[in-house]
Amino acid sequence: MSILINKNTRLLIQGITGHEGLFHTQQMMDYGTNVVAGVTPGKGGEWVLNGKIPVFDSVKIAVEVTGANTSVIFVPAKFAPDAMYEAADAGITLIFCITEGIPVQDMMRVRNYLDQKEVRLIGPNCPGALTPGESKVGIIPGNITFPGSVGVISRSGTLTYEVLYALMHADMGVSTCVGIGGDPINGTGFIDILEMLEVDPRTEQVVMIGEIGGQGEEQAADFIASNMTKPVVSFIAGQTAPPGKRMGHAGAIIEGGAGTAKEKVAALESAGVRVAKHPEEIPDLLRQ
Amino acid sequence: MKLHEYQSKLIFSRYGVPIPKGRVAATAGEAKQIAEELGGRVVIKSQVLVGGRGKAGGIRLAKSPKEAEDLATQILGMEIKGLPVRKVLVDEAVNIRSEIYLGITNDRNMHRPVIMASAAGGVEIEEVAQQSPEKIIKIYIDPLLGLRDFQARDIATGIDLPREFWRPFMEIANALWKAYSDSDATLAEINPLVITSDQRIIALDGKMIIDDNALFRHPDLADLRDRDAEAPAEIEARKYGLSYIQLDGQIGCMVNGAGLAMATMDIIKLYGGEPANFLDIGGGAGSEKVSAAFRIILSDPNVKAVLINIFGGITRCDEVARGILSAIAEVKPKTPMVVRLVGTNAEEGRRLLADAHMETAETLVEAAQKAVAVVKGA
Repeated sequence: MSILINKNTRLLIQGITGHEGLFHTQQMMDYGTNVVAGVTPGKGGEWVLNGKIPVFDSVKIAVEVTGANTSVIFVPAKFAPDAMYEAADAGITLIFCITEGIPVQDMMRVRNYLDQKEVRLIGPNCPGALTPGESKVGIIPGNITFPGSVGVISRSGTLTYEVLYALMHADMGVSTCVGIGGDPINGTGFIDILEMLEVDPRTEQVVMIGEIGGQGEEQAADFIASNMTKPVVSFIAGQTAPPGKRMGHAGAIIEGGAGTAKEKVAALESAGVRVAKHPEEIPDLLRQ
Repeated sequence: MKLHEYQSKLIFSRYGVPIPKGRVAATAGEAKQIAEELGGRVVIKSQVLVGGRGKAGGIRLAKSPKEAEDLATQILGMEIKGLPVRKVLVDEAVNIRSEIYLGITNDRNMHRPVIMASAAGGVEIEEVAQQSPEKIIKIYIDPLLGLRDFQARDIATGIDLPREFWRPFMEIANALWKAYSDSDATLAEINPLVITSDQRIIALDGKMIIDDNALFRHPDLADLRDRDAEAPAEIEARKYGLSYIQLDGQIGCMVNGAGLAMATMDIIKLYGGEPANFLDIGGGAGSEKVSAAFRIILSDPNVKAVLINIFGGITRCDEVARGILSAIAEVKPKTPMVVRLVGTNAEEGRRLLADAHMETAETLVEAAQKAVAVVKGA
């Protein structure tokens, strides 16, 4: 068992003929992900990656021909909202959007549209998800973790890899790792994933990696206090971040004094979550 | 990206929001001329991208063109919270009967724009939110539908606006919505929106923040950027696609990924040091980007050591190490460095750096301790 992605995932790549799209499709296939199709408007009929993957002009045709049920988006920010609308309209029920830099008003429209369709969006501005030993959708490196019982959720990219790597060195494997993305408006929040990990039989413990900005970690703390039976360990990045400055991620900003690391740590600790002082401390806390 | 008051008000007025008569001036002479054209009393308002202009003496009332000239001379020579005043707005003065707050922003939790109003205008909305949150009326806007008339009316009744002002108020709310939405703003705010003693309703102040991610489709707005409000190094960093924020510590940081960059700053502090900056070099970490990052970090004279923390996932650490070495050959920095490479081919990467006599570290803790030790020993 795992969450979101597994051996039954039939993956479609939107933007497959771009540099990033091609590279990561190869990586995903090498990991064993079942990639069934690619979409690049205007390149329908071509085959890529040594003739293994057919390219279609639209998501609708790709779904009809290949039965794709999950999509991952590698198209530039300018075109990414349209790619998400298109996937949802074609009947895809799980969309991962890797693209960074999508205007926030576009994302509000996308989110409100997808909510009406009951489509799950992960991201944007996220590394995707990885179920070690089974499937990988997105860009999380496959060689820094192995199958196990720790579920990982994060708003970040490389910081997540850092944690996976620290877990691997401590001989701890992962059930599923999900990057929910660093944008202020995203498709799926901490609580959605916590809920899935709580019922996932393979997951025994959870690591939640948060950062400054927004109220997601505080809301997750409330959820953990009243709904989670599995132990949760956390790390919050941005203790030293100055207020009012965007720390790389569009969503990582302390606004009007709210969204500080201090508040988030306090909320999590009062919900019984053990909060690590730095990423390398996480395996120790999981062992306790 | 923040816009100045005069820029925001011009945008609002294009959509039909009434604003005071007035213009922006870069010299005292121009300010005098504008005051003469307007006749009567004028307000001289410093145009800087920080709050608290009034308290700092950056907003003054002038009764004559001569006084306007004198005040403009004073204000144009000022610095407010470290920012030089380069322009003043000269606006007709109005007699205020009451002040309203009206603003639209993005609500992260609700994934929607929210329009907010309060009868307690003229003070910062954050202050009202803390002291008397019941005075703020909030209505969430469906981004696919836009602001509807009934919602604008609900706002008007919510702040007890007299009925005779409903119509003009709704027009202003709609205009503000269009300005916000067409400009890809993350904030569009009128504070205060005033009712004058001659029964006009008019936007005395205006503030807009434009979504940086949307500037590609607003080249006209992108041109309005005020470079005074940013450190020169931050402007330089943007050219190379680097995300850099200057802080006041002594340990420069070069990291791939925003979350990891924050975590690296945090661990420096945890082990007794102070980070000099946030810097995310993004994916890849080729020598050109690393060179630019070195130059930017080292342009800060406070930097006594540099901590490079790279996680090689898809990017291989040996490639990153070669990038660092060729950047060093180009920039020739004299500042001591601690490099931590971890992930794919890390050992090979560390060996390349050790051969070049660089200080390397395996763990984040070790890297932070070494960087702090360098600074303390210096």
